[in-house]
Amino acid sequence: MQQPSIEGQSTQPRVALFATCLVDFFRPAVGFASARLLEAAGCRVEVPDGQTCCGQPAFNSGDDASARAIARQVIALFASYDYVVAPSGSCAGMIKCHYPKLFSDDLDMLEQARQLAEKTFELTQFLVDICSYQLPSQQLQATLAYHDSCSGVREMGIYEQPRSLLTAISGLTLTTPKEADSCCGFGGTFCVKYPAISARLLKNKQTALTDTDADLISGGDLGCLLNIAGGLRRAGDKTKVYHVAELLDGCAGQAGIGEDKG
Amino acid sequence: MKSSARDFSDNAEKALLNPDLRRALAQVREGFVVKRAKAFAELPEFAALRRLGHEIKQHSLEHLDYYLERYERQVIAAGGQVHWAQTPQQARDIVVKICRDSAAQRVIKGKSMVSEEVALNEALEAADFEVTETDLGEYIIQLAKEPPSHIIAPAVHKTREQVNALFRDHHKNLGGKRDASVAGLVNEARQVLRQAFLKADVGITGANFLIAETGAHVLVTNEGNGDLCSSLPRVHIVTASIEKVIPNLEDLSVLLRLLARSATGQPLSVYTTLYNGPAKAEQGAGPKEYHVVLVDHGRSTLLGTEFREALRCIRCGACLNHCPVYTAIGGHAYGWVYPGPIGAVLSPLMLGMQEAHDLPHACTLNGHCQQVCPMEIPLPSLLRRLRQRGFSDRVDGRRSRWALQVWVILARHPALYRFINDVGAWMMGKVARGGVLHRWPMAGAWTRYRDLPTPEGSGFISAWKRGDRS
Repeated sequence: MQQPSIEGQSTQPRVALFATCLVDFFRPAVGFASARLLEAAGCRVEVPDGQTCCGQPAFNSGDDASARAIARQVIALFASYDYVVAPSGSCAGMIKCHYPKLFSDDLDMLEQARQLAEKTFELTQFLVDICSYQLPSQQLQATLAYHDSCSGVREMGIYEQPRSLLTAISGLTLTTPKEADSCCGFGGTFCVKYPAISARLLKNKQTALTDTDADLISGGDLGCLLNIAGGLRRAGDKTKVYHVAELLDGCAGQAGIGEDKG
Repeated sequence: MKSSARDFSDNAEKALLNPDLRRALAQVREGFVVKRAKAFAELPEFAALRRLGHEIKQHSLEHLDYYLERYERQVIAAGGQVHWAQTPQQARDIVVKICRDSAAQRVIKGKSMVSEEVALNEALEAADFEVTETDLGEYIIQLAKEPPSHIIAPAVHKTREQVNALFRDHHKNLGGKRDASVAGLVNEARQVLRQAFLKADVGITGANFLIAETGAHVLVTNEGNGDLCSSLPRVHIVTASIEKVIPNLEDLSVLLRLLARSATGQPLSVYTTLYNGPAKAEQGAGPKEYHVVLVDHGRSTLLGTEFREALRCIRCGACLNHCPVYTAIGGHAYGWVYPGPIGAVLSPLMLGMQEAHDLPHACTLNGHCQQVCPMEIPLPSLLRRLRQRGFSDRVDGRRSRWALQVWVILARHPALYRFINDVGAWMMGKVARGGVLHRWPMAGAWTRYRDLPTPEGSGFISAWKRGDRS
């Protein structure tokens, strides 16, 4: 979809940061980093405090009535903003790809869901495709293995955006793990419903990531990253794991996901 | 085949602990995924072809009655007979009766998933026919008395060593030195099967497509066994499900280009044969009788539901090969004939939600299956719809329903949600040492296999509201 670039707009666009429930609970650093990146890209950032979750757990469990109720709440909360940005391909994908499906029988809500879907973006997608954001010069001597989340890459078509931003960091080398297009085994409630299967998928992903000998692991979805970091720590592997927003914001010196703050 | 889909979780956990299975499944990526990717990389018109294939199958389904009747007329005109089976029982009875009426003793079979679906072998054996599967994979699992574990590679779960051991047990009458290499094993099976081919009275095969325009059925194999089953015995029976019919040969040319590439990465399978009725008088060889058994088994009902898109499936197996769950646990854990993503859709629809309620949930919704499906079947959406059905029929576990409802109440009350979120994050942050938790109440399913990264200590939304900016 061709979107108007915000460069050259006379007023700053008003952007709602949809932090996502996982960032809210586990990793506020991702929320702060995302806000700083959006501000640096010329946006006026607000974090509406009525936000909870996008409703994906209900939607993926087959409880459409609850998913719809939560979607109504999210649609109302973000209706007045120019854009909604989430540091997650999965949560942004829920709004962009699935909200309209929830209201196929309700024309009024369908229209509102579509309007929200059109202005909702994943963070790196928004920074690159809409803001044409150029990362200020920074340096990080490291090798990075990037994990594309399934929702990000398949629902939202996010692949080049995080890479184009990360390659602007001088000294940072990106490596591609084997079977990069395979799921890490997180899958939302899947990982606790079928823990043994999830663990096998995670083990395969961990092996592929660590085989790259990368110093850092990153990705755009905290669910996958909590899963991967949790697996690495259990295996005694101390490879640092960061959300892509943290790396772009220059936070790689701080404690990674699942790492002691000391 | 009797279903064990109800025991999915236990079956899957057992499968994960089987090192031979793991070794066997490791072949799937090299054998199928890599080859498929290469084949389509060399086909620039793939996307357009796929769209066309989708439209052809969709059109055929929308006019299924018309094309089936047309197909039937053409088969009869070519001297064949068409039998309609609404249920698996009817399909079994029809085939057994044809075999009895022709005074047959020995039956050879080419690979047919619908014959597995209706449990044909069991019925034929119960009626005292000697049945030999002739597809190498099917032959192996027949010896092992196991169901297929993959749509196109029924014995993919077996290692070469296991096949060798199986042949040692069953081929005791073969003398001479044995060769345990893959080529040696194939050759050994060939010797045994050749005798079965020559002695058989009836040959049963499936059909990849039925052509309404000509009344032909199309068979695609790599071993040529299907062709021998179709041409050597005096009676040929085709078992096919009703959604296999397509309008004409033009359409076939599109679908064939997609099928083999999606399945094995081949531009075309080694043998692609069109059969039209029994042998004509002027032909010296070929079957005297030609029967087609068209199996419904709930498909005509599915056609009128939100699951109709599943009927576009051409059984290439690409969704299985690209499914991280299938490649971790193999096909048997799914408990019925069709494993993997398409099986997780078909099994609950054909066996009932109660029997197979686990299958639609045993998926991370990563979408790889839909991405590779040559018929563009929206498998994740279909699986979600089945989850909806399971949720409204209340077949899901009570514990997960309860947990979900608690979470929904919280998500719908932001102030309460915020409070619980912040207290939880604070508490976990206090208790944790070293950045992770090894255990946490109610998070046992997570922490059994991985650590739980610790929350930083305060919720982001509240921190932002307080004015924190880092």
